[in-house]
Amino acid sequence: MTRIRATIDGNEAAARIAHRLSEVIAIYPITPSTPMGELADAWSAVGNPNIWGTVPSVIEMQSEGGAAGAVHGALQTGALTTTFTASQGLLLMIPNMYKIAGELTSVVIHVAARSLAAQGLSIYGDHSDVMAVRATGFALLASCSVQEAQDLALIAHAATLEARVPFIHFFDGFRTSHEVNKIEQLDDDDLRAMIDDDLVRAHRERGLSPDRPFIRGTAQNPDVYFQARETVNPFYHHCPTIVQKTMDKFAALVGRQYHLFDYTGVPDAEYVLVAMGSGAEVIQETVKYLVERGEKVGVVTVRLFRPFSIERFVQALPATVKAIAVLDRTKEPGSAGEPLYQDVVTAIDEGMAQGLATFSTKPHMIGGRYGLSSKDFTPGMVKGVFDELKKARPKNHFTIGIVDDLSHTSLEYDPYFDITDPSTIQCVFWGLGADGTVGANKNSIKIIGEETDNYAQGHFVYDSKKSGSVTISYLRFGPEPIRAPYLINNANFVACHQFSFLERLDVLRPAVSGAVFLLNSIYGPDEVWDHLPREVQETIIAKKLRFYVIDAYEVAHQTGMGGRINTVMQTCFFAISGVLPRDQAIAKIKETIKKTYGKRGEAVVQQNYRAVDETLAHLYEVKVPDRVTSTLSRRPPVPAEAPQFVRDVLGQMIVGDGDMLPVSVLPADGTYPSGTTKWEKRNITLEIPVWEPDLCIQCGKCAFVCPHAVIRPKVYEPALLDQAPPTFKSAVGRAKEFRDARYTIQVAPEDCTGCSLCVEVCPAKDKSQVGRKAINMAAQPPLREQERANWDFFLQLPEVDRTKISLSTVRNSQLVTPLFEFSGACAGCGETPYLKLVSQLFGDRAIIANATGCSSIYGGNLPTTPWTVNKDGRGPAWSNSLFEDNAEFGLGMRMTLDKQLEYARELLPSFTGQLDADLVYALLHAEQHDDAGIKAQRDRVAILKQRLAGIDHPRARDLLSLADVLVKKSVWIIGGDGWAYDIGYGGLDHVLASGRNVNVLVLDTEVYSNTGGQASKSTPRAAIAKFAAQGKSLPKKDLGMIAMAYGYVYVARVAMGYSDIQTLQALREAEAYDGPSLVIAYSHCIAHGINMRKGLDQQRLAVQAGLWTLYRYNPVLIEQGKNPLTLDSKEPTIPVDQYAYNETRYRMLVQSNEHRAEELMQQAQRDVRSRWDHYRHMVAVLEPEDND
Amino acid sequence: MPDLTTKYLGLELKNPIVASSSPLSKKVDSARRLEEAGVSAIVMYSLFEEQIIHESLELDYYLTRGTNTYAEALSYLPDIGNYSIGPEAYVENLYQIKQAVNIPVIGSLNGVSTGGWIEYAKKIEDAGADALELNIYYLPTDPDLTSSQIEQADITLVRDICARITIPVGVKLSPYYTALPNLIQRMVEAGASGFVLFNRFYQPDLDLEALEVVPHLILSESYEMRLPLRWIALLYGKVKADFALTSGVHTSEDIIKAVMAGASVTMMTSELLRNGPRRVKTLQEELQFWMEDNEYESILQMRGSMSQQSVAEPSAFERANYIKVLSSYNERSEFSHRVIPPRST
Repeated sequence: MTRIRATIDGNEAAARIAHRLSEVIAIYPITPSTPMGELADAWSAVGNPNIWGTVPSVIEMQSEGGAAGAVHGALQTGALTTTFTASQGLLLMIPNMYKIAGELTSVVIHVAARSLAAQGLSIYGDHSDVMAVRATGFALLASCSVQEAQDLALIAHAATLEARVPFIHFFDGFRTSHEVNKIEQLDDDDLRAMIDDDLVRAHRERGLSPDRPFIRGTAQNPDVYFQARETVNPFYHHCPTIVQKTMDKFAALVGRQYHLFDYTGVPDAEYVLVAMGSGAEVIQETVKYLVERGEKVGVVTVRLFRPFSIERFVQALPATVKAIAVLDRTKEPGSAGEPLYQDVVTAIDEGMAQGLATFSTKPHMIGGRYGLSSKDFTPGMVKGVFDELKKARPKNHFTIGIVDDLSHTSLEYDPYFDITDPSTIQCVFWGLGADGTVGANKNSIKIIGEETDNYAQGHFVYDSKKSGSVTISYLRFGPEPIRAPYLINNANFVACHQFSFLERLDVLRPAVSGAVFLLNSIYGPDEVWDHLPREVQETIIAKKLRFYVIDAYEVAHQTGMGGRINTVMQTCFFAISGVLPRDQAIAKIKETIKKTYGKRGEAVVQQNYRAVDETLAHLYEVKVPDRVTSTLSRRPPVPAEAPQFVRDVLGQMIVGDGDMLPVSVLPADGTYPSGTTKWEKRNITLEIPVWEPDLCIQCGKCAFVCPHAVIRPKVYEPALLDQAPPTFKSAVGRAKEFRDARYTIQVAPEDCTGCSLCVEVCPAKDKSQVGRKAINMAAQPPLREQERANWDFFLQLPEVDRTKISLSTVRNSQLVTPLFEFSGACAGCGETPYLKLVSQLFGDRAIIANATGCSSIYGGNLPTTPWTVNKDGRGPAWSNSLFEDNAEFGLGMRMTLDKQLEYARELLPSFTGQLDADLVYALLHAEQHDDAGIKAQRDRVAILKQRLAGIDHPRARDLLSLADVLVKKSVWIIGGDGWAYDIGYGGLDHVLASGRNVNVLVLDTEVYSNTGGQASKSTPRAAIAKFAAQGKSLPKKDLGMIAMAYGYVYVARVAMGYSDIQTLQALREAEAYDGPSLVIAYSHCIAHGINMRKGLDQQRLAVQAGLWTLYRYNPVLIEQGKNPLTLDSKEPTIPVDQYAYNETRYRMLVQSNEHRAEELMQQAQRDVRSRWDHYRHMVAVLEPEDND
Repeated sequence: MPDLTTKYLGLELKNPIVASSSPLSKKVDSARRLEEAGVSAIVMYSLFEEQIIHESLELDYYLTRGTNTYAEALSYLPDIGNYSIGPEAYVENLYQIKQAVNIPVIGSLNGVSTGGWIEYAKKIEDAGADALELNIYYLPTDPDLTSSQIEQADITLVRDICARITIPVGVKLSPYYTALPNLIQRMVEAGASGFVLFNRFYQPDLDLEALEVVPHLILSESYEMRLPLRWIALLYGKVKADFALTSGVHTSEDIIKAVMAGASVTMMTSELLRNGPRRVKTLQEELQFWMEDNEYESILQMRGSMSQQSVAEPSAFERANYIKVLSSYNERSEFSHRVIPPRST
């Protein structure tokens, strides 16, 4: 039988099987498993049926815990059910997993295995999550590759029905889940042949039904619980046999034979490694290479880790085995060894004792860790482990792939050890996120994989920023199957799609001698050489590279492609690489363009065709000179004046050398210094704002809305200008209180992302030329040096004394230094201006609990982080716990502060004799309602500390350690709508109900932005989002109204694009309120499909349309006999569609289903009316009786 | 009872009231309501070349932007895959409407370039349109572009389209041509069967508060029909083509005037949007009463009866007309402020 060969990734391979074998699918987004849920949802949305001809029902839940509950319920009523998850998501499923397994329920959970958050969160792959559920009673079946992700998915679904043991089918996050590889795709006949419909019906019949009722889920007591727990043993005993039987059936049907433990190597191997997942594939390939060279080595690939079959494991080992090294892709601190190692040790012991083993001498066994968080695992490392194993006293509990100079666990290895088949071509592409490099390479891999006889593999690596991020694409192709799940260090082809990378990254490091180097360059073949940094010239000459240039931006510009050079660079790749004859390659590229973009309209197709046609005329080979001529050098990642930790540690991460950092330089407990983004000058924009002092009205709006805190005003003494650089701009202060001062708005030229929000919001226009504002965009490169000097000078200028001005105006609020700066958020981000404002108003005394999501990523993703400190060294103290628990996390912080304050206040009076009574009294009765009061208290605390330092008493030392808490602290609980409306809602509700003084800021983008725009309960009706591809049919949850129902919670809804002053007022009131506060902030987002520079306009329109009515509910006003609820925006003045159809998320529905779009839009319009009426009614109801 | 039938682009129509391109011609339901109300033909909403290209590129831009940039969010919007961008949805809609009504349906194409765009005309014909209205909407802003170049391009477009399809083609023009009669004559030679006068541009406005140029969409008023009225009166009988008067047709009097000037039909948008399709019935009745009262037998009899070649004072449609307006300034001050003297005088 001929099956389709498809070039797809691991997620798609597994999800396709799961979807076709399920009736109910409960999903929730979590990286890197999210695409499985998205695909399942999309397939059901377009009516793709399962193998029985009915379309699976897909439901998005509020959390993985919710998904597990729904899965459990669906299973208990007899549906074939599945879900997809990873990492913390899998942990949230644990309680249900015990239940599901305890009830012997057939189900498969597909897991893209990922690290667990410990000292830091990581989205990347290892087995920490699946190992954490090994006690639940679920079977654990591991796939090593994209092909296996499909095959073992089917084997899992088939086996669970017979075994009645539930299955986790897992594969390595990113490495397998996101690797694109050419596989043989199973068809429906294969699936039908593997699935026994009698078992399906038996599963259904075990479900709850009032027509044949029973109860399941009883509470059991000491008399029988134990025995009942033992009843499942036969099922676990038979499970491995059933799985092997299923694998054998699969082999007979498809031809690929799997075993519970697959041995690869010479039959008389003496040294054997044991591993599972993609790492095992690396070992297999390395073993084959070593065996060909006469080595007595082998590897056991573990596929079924639970239930662990001792018999089959020991029988998989060769009789000649002398030593075994077990490799675990997880860490279990404090254990006797990692889980697989422990099982192997036990299995060998028991296997030998039971006479199951073919060897009579117990092999020497060691265990080690590798590949945590997708750390690359290479053939060189495999060889390093074998080399260690051959030693007389090999190191146990080792690590491989890192330098552990702390506990000395790491093994040496040869990083250049290479087993690549010479017929395999390896390519590395450096791109910018926005330039389309990855998308183009995904297409290239598909062309090579599906249009030629070659096998092909693509793997893609991204950096930690959401704007201006660097991407690296690794492509392999050749006549032999590609089984190389590791990065490429010996490339035949290196392409650099951004010339500026040469200044800071060693892009040619992976190039082998004689490789091709393709550079996107504005400099032509005759002039490019002299513009290359010295290091690049040296490498080109030393490695004898063939060097090509193309001005891709020029071609893209000429053909209307703008900044997207994907098609141009892809054409160059095919033209140079020769993988296909040139004409054929171009024809295939065009076919792919038609396939990829055709449904978006002919104009897109034609535009790309033009780019293809224009490319070759602009592609040139460079005649490489034989000597280095450049005087330019690659610049250091951070300036020399940066702190040592930033220079030596973070700097290495910035240039992509984080893998080289030894253990000892990294903080043991995840604690990193604040304010490090300022050292990473990213220079990611070609345009920056330029200030025109003559037009400026000094309103501060530009700074207020700046998402990256790169545009800042200051007022200062005129005399300070004496030292100013020549191009430093200044104006006379316009505000009454600053008439004698000078005023400057300065831009940080190397930190700006070029979003233009400042220009959009600027109200000051030239009367003779209204297009010219007080802020205008201009080219960055010619301004970079002068503005860098101006910025440095600006930073030296003193900040206004915040105790002397009121921060109640937009203008004044921006005179305070932001303590959140230069984050990696998207250019034009709608969230960060709110955070920056919080940092300005309260940052010097704020503790922040940040829910996982966009704000925790741009707020806390290494290498550099944006929360920073003021001139006194104070600033926001920030932490991220999890996604689901953030409100509780913040409440815990408040509890600590309150308790410590209470204790400090209890201690203070006991020093009456030793401390000045007035000081003690003042400390205890300080008014801290404003900055002046807080400053006064800080001064008192400073004196207190001085006094206490001289008192040698335990209680004095206690009070000294607590003294700072006497200054008012501000607890901020921050997160997105995915957290507040969905996964964290239960906790948020409880925290609000607690009455404690916490401030909750919800950055409401109306989708799960961080995982790519999945619908939340905040998603508005009629908008399309992932998991709501047909347009959300129900209205947005009114979180504010729910919170308001408590009566004692401060609630505000804000949108700075409509009213900056209302935003400012709401945040100040929320913080001032001595109780729980909730501020819900409209945050425009890239996921809305809008022109981000128009984000503030959209905010305004949302308010005008009545979708985002602004209000403040202040319980303090009740005590004052006033109405607590104030509506801060007017009755809707524009129809909803006038706002909505500026956004792709709404417009897409019109383009895909006009009738439904119209229907939902009409309902959305009715929602607006009824909600406005409701708010008005609320205002009336809350009006104090005296005011009637 | 007077005979209201008329002939436009070779189509036999039961009366001279045609529903012009508007949101009402977007849906089967509203098209049916227009037919029930009595319109004699429906001009579909326009298939805009510029808009299709814009929508296509815009959708692609937003579906692509931000993708494959950050590991957790490799895209931000679900790519649904099937979008009604391009002529297919329009053609399908036209087909549905054609199936749903018994009156003629005129397709409308708004484009300025030849090439692939011509194929859209063919698709419209294949979908069953009884005629095609070619809407030439182009604002020449390039100082290097001459009027003859523009006219030649427009004529080429008409010729190419007429060569590609067999259904009659009406051309909707703007009034801003230097030598309109000559252009129209050449377009007739190129294959055009009729002309819709005039395209009504939406003129942007200036927002003095925000100091911004803002779109300003207002429905037409009766006075706006003077311009097409005059030109139809001037052209009637001079070129072998039918005329449709559009812009400012609101009352039965407007219809009568249009027909008398030489129009075969009048086209309505604003009036139908403002008062709904039912308004047609009233207009038709009023038209009928007026014709009965004034003893007109048929539209055919009335058509062109006050065109330039039929009136006693042909020059009244030419320069003398301006002098008369000035002299009547005081009497008709309610409209006079809207009369803008031609620059040449």
